[in-house]
Amino acid sequence: MASEAHGAEEGGLTFHPMDQFQLESFFGDGPIGMFTITNATVWMALAIVCVVAMMVFGSSRRAIVPSRAQSVAELAYGFIYKMVEDVAGKDAVKFFPYIMTLFMFIVFANFLGLIPMSFTTTSHFAVTVVLALLVFVTVTVVGFVKNGASFLALFWVSSAPLALRPVLAVIEIISYFVRPVSHSIRLAGNVMAGHAVIKVFAAFAAALVVNEIPTAVGAIVTPLSILGITALYALEVLVAFIQAYVFAILTCVYLRDALHPSH
Amino acid sequence: MATDTSAAGHAADAAAAPGMPQLDFSNWGNQIFWLLVTLVVIYFVLSRIALPRIAAVLAERQGTITNDIAAAEQLKAKAAEAEEAYNLALANARTEAQRIVAETKAEIQADLDAATAQADAEIAAKTAESEKAIGEIRAGALESIREVATDTAQEIVTALGGKADADAVKAAVQARMKG
Repeated sequence: MASEAHGAEEGGLTFHPMDQFQLESFFGDGPIGMFTITNATVWMALAIVCVVAMMVFGSSRRAIVPSRAQSVAELAYGFIYKMVEDVAGKDAVKFFPYIMTLFMFIVFANFLGLIPMSFTTTSHFAVTVVLALLVFVTVTVVGFVKNGASFLALFWVSSAPLALRPVLAVIEIISYFVRPVSHSIRLAGNVMAGHAVIKVFAAFAAALVVNEIPTAVGAIVTPLSILGITALYALEVLVAFIQAYVFAILTCVYLRDALHPSH
Repeated sequence: MATDTSAAGHAADAAAAPGMPQLDFSNWGNQIFWLLVTLVVIYFVLSRIALPRIAAVLAERQGTITNDIAAAEQLKAKAAEAEEAYNLALANARTEAQRIVAETKAEIQADLDAATAQADAEIAAKTAESEKAIGEIRAGALESIREVATDTAQEIVTALGGKADADAVKAAVQARMKG
């Protein structure tokens, strides 16, 4: 299984769909320690650069009539601000910088990952699990700090018949603790799957130039593969934004639960 | 195969790590560390610099728009006021003009009436004078006729061989002229 997932050769085609996710030391070939600068580190740094370029340099002129760059920054600001306000409520606005941070990081990590030969940091569970756990811990702490023990009312569905409530409470508690899992796997899974499938198509695209495959077969497979890569890439562009949006909006939904636990 | 060497290298990796690099927990610490660094950096850049700045710009723009709209509304009210004043002035001028026309007309009418009355009076006076003169002339003529008639009658009487009694002739003429 290991060799099949990690890299396999069948009929002359070379499949390495998961190689793109391999973490490597950026300077030299040394082992990866806690603070080693890896390709992931570099692409995270590039995400920071992009965020700074868009949000800080884009808005540096403070124009009343905005330039294009400033419009984009304001659009991003307004988009997330309105989402926080609408979904999580007015009192959740103080968490806006936090949600903005999550959204900006994910959206730029996703889009940077779409650059060929790049490394997609959000395809790693290490990253998305931490992001999701941060949200989970924040929401739980805020819930208890804001509401005290009445935060537990979130699990006690008062609108249901009394006999059903314990059962529902168990279900609610399970779903509450499953949140960070789905929250993180949804993001990494989507990004990883798309990139891996593109890589598989890319391997098939070489069919025309591989000696073991008849030219007639290659002439059909190669154009189809390139078409597949193009279509998937378009889909991935969509997914890159939508997954960032979904992550942010789910954070808002969880935050609303924490601030207003009554159903 | 051209990729043999790299494939061999990856095979070595694969032996050590599970199939998905994502599940290679040995480098989770590294990723988590750099992720937290990244998030902290982005958080501070956004919350300290970018977001307050954009919020300020948006608020300023909102303020500018509100001010501009208020100013526009004020100007509009002013324009409406000016139009009202203009209309009022126009109406006033119109009534004034009508008043002046009526006054002038009345004045002219009065002058005309006075002139007509004077002319009438003059004409009446002239008529009276003329009538008087005619009356005098007529009276004069009657007297002359009587004299002529008396003289003529006396002459006729004398010519017929009579002796004319002046008083009788006079009386006869008088009686005739009355009849």
